[in-house]
Amino acid sequence: MAIRSTFTVPKRFQTISMALMAFGLLSIIGLWVTSGSSDDPKEQARFWASLLQNSVFFLLVVNASMFFICITTLAWGGWQMAFRRVPEAISAVVPVIGVICGAILLAIVFGDNHTIYHWTDAEHVMHDPILSHKKGFLNKPFFAIATIITIVGWSLLGYKMRQLSRKLDNEPLATLEDRKKYIFNNTVWAALFIVLFSLTVMSSIPWLWLMSIDAHWYSTMYSWYTFASTFVSGIALIALFVIFLKNNDYLEYVNNEHLHDLGKFMFAFSVFWTYLWFSQFMLIWYANIPEETIYFQPRAHGIYKGIFWLMFIINFIAPLLILMTRSAKRNYGTVALMAVLIIFGHWLDFYQMVFPAVSPNKVPNIIYDLGIALGFVGLIMYATARALTKAPLLARNHPFVKESLIHHT
Amino acid sequence: MAKKKFIVGSFTDEAVLFPAVKKVRRAGYKLHDVFTPFPIHGLDKEMGLRDTSLHTAGFIYGITGTTTAVSFITWALTIDWAINFGGKPYFALPAWIPVTFELTVLFAAVGMVLTFCWLCQLAPFVKKEHFNPRSTDDTFVMALECTGSTNEAEAQQFLQSIGATDVKVETRETGWWLGSYANDKMRFEKN
Repeated sequence: MAIRSTFTVPKRFQTISMALMAFGLLSIIGLWVTSGSSDDPKEQARFWASLLQNSVFFLLVVNASMFFICITTLAWGGWQMAFRRVPEAISAVVPVIGVICGAILLAIVFGDNHTIYHWTDAEHVMHDPILSHKKGFLNKPFFAIATIITIVGWSLLGYKMRQLSRKLDNEPLATLEDRKKYIFNNTVWAALFIVLFSLTVMSSIPWLWLMSIDAHWYSTMYSWYTFASTFVSGIALIALFVIFLKNNDYLEYVNNEHLHDLGKFMFAFSVFWTYLWFSQFMLIWYANIPEETIYFQPRAHGIYKGIFWLMFIINFIAPLLILMTRSAKRNYGTVALMAVLIIFGHWLDFYQMVFPAVSPNKVPNIIYDLGIALGFVGLIMYATARALTKAPLLARNHPFVKESLIHHT
Repeated sequence: MAKKKFIVGSFTDEAVLFPAVKKVRRAGYKLHDVFTPFPIHGLDKEMGLRDTSLHTAGFIYGITGTTTAVSFITWALTIDWAINFGGKPYFALPAWIPVTFELTVLFAAVGMVLTFCWLCQLAPFVKKEHFNPRSTDDTFVMALECTGSTNEAEAQQFLQSIGATDVKVETRETGWWLGSYANDKMRFEKN
């Protein structure tokens, strides 16, 4: 069979992604009818919280692809070159979901939805010593500016990284000096992205978007923990697309050596996520201070117990035991199954970050949230496939490409 | 200890070694081992070695460490000498996880190192004998084991024909490390 260097979207894939998006839209409408349009602010909050959880989760997951590209660039890694166009295409979805997510966040903040973000209620903050101490960080203008700068920054720097990669397709680098210069240039832009990333996902943005739902409570580990959650899901997403393309006779240079490395990433970062999750839990559990344990009360002991422990099993025990052996990480079926499981598990993780504060007395009907999640999955499938068609699947002129073709673990 | 005969040939080039390994296996000789100065990617596959089971051993050691830690702390802190620490339950599992983790790692690490030494027959003060000491420097050394049906002269001829130099027949004691220790001669001494 001839080498197929450019991707054309299969009809069936297109139909499925459209159907999923339609399904997601229906779920949003359904949720709007049952909760969002109600006069009860608690019910409204349930609608917006569902949008918030899904859009933030999927935005951070697709953005993890660009983080993956940048860390491998900074480390001068070559092994991922054979499938690098896949994370590039996934990161091209960042602006799309970024706009959706930014709109939802700003709508929640400026729509004065006090049930989700208590700190938007100026009257309440005045009489609340804890929240008035946090006023410098938790206020509307700062939230809006930080959100916009973050999303625009990710999109622009991601665009620059993709441009640097695509530029080589038409103009190969002639001399060694050119190649060195190109790698240096890449390194600089990747470093800039990492700096922005560490100032946002790894430190401030999860505090702002997610942790401020429990405005009185705080944990300095929260952002790291969120980052680990989305990074492992991001790797799982990359693995899924690589396997999908491989099944459709693309990416002929990717073999199970590359899959093995992706599997290792999934395994390692599942364990890393658990480490952070547990560190946050254990310190609070051990100190046993009421204002801290209040976060875990509804989650680990209250009505969200089932989701909490189910998520722990899916995100830690399953990857630990299933992905541990070498043969499992080199098996396309196992890795695909685990990738789906991991993404679902971390989606549940985000679910239990958001909802216990918004709806403390009853667990909302998760069917709607799953429907909206499927809508986002459809959107990611559609937009990534579109981005994949725009460039050849192998970055053939990149100086490190040979390292990937002969990659051997 | 049983004595065995080996036919030993040296190679100086990887590009000759790889096809030679393939030819030796195809010709049906019993390949004892190939000794190289550095690890070579793909040589294990070419030689038809199975994957190591060291990691399975590691997993078992790790599980042993986990069980040891959890059962000992449980026994000590709930049955033998129950102490109330700051109102926590006696069975305070989250507080024990760090220790459990450390013991898992310790058991797995130490166990795997010792197993590795056992498999490679390495121990302090044991001198390993080489078929050709240059296999620690710049030469790839291949050893064929003589079975009952091996024609030594023919095998030597064959090794030479596929690019080996310095082909000779050597006798070695097989078995555990004490055997090779007793047989050792200092390389710098006159025979």
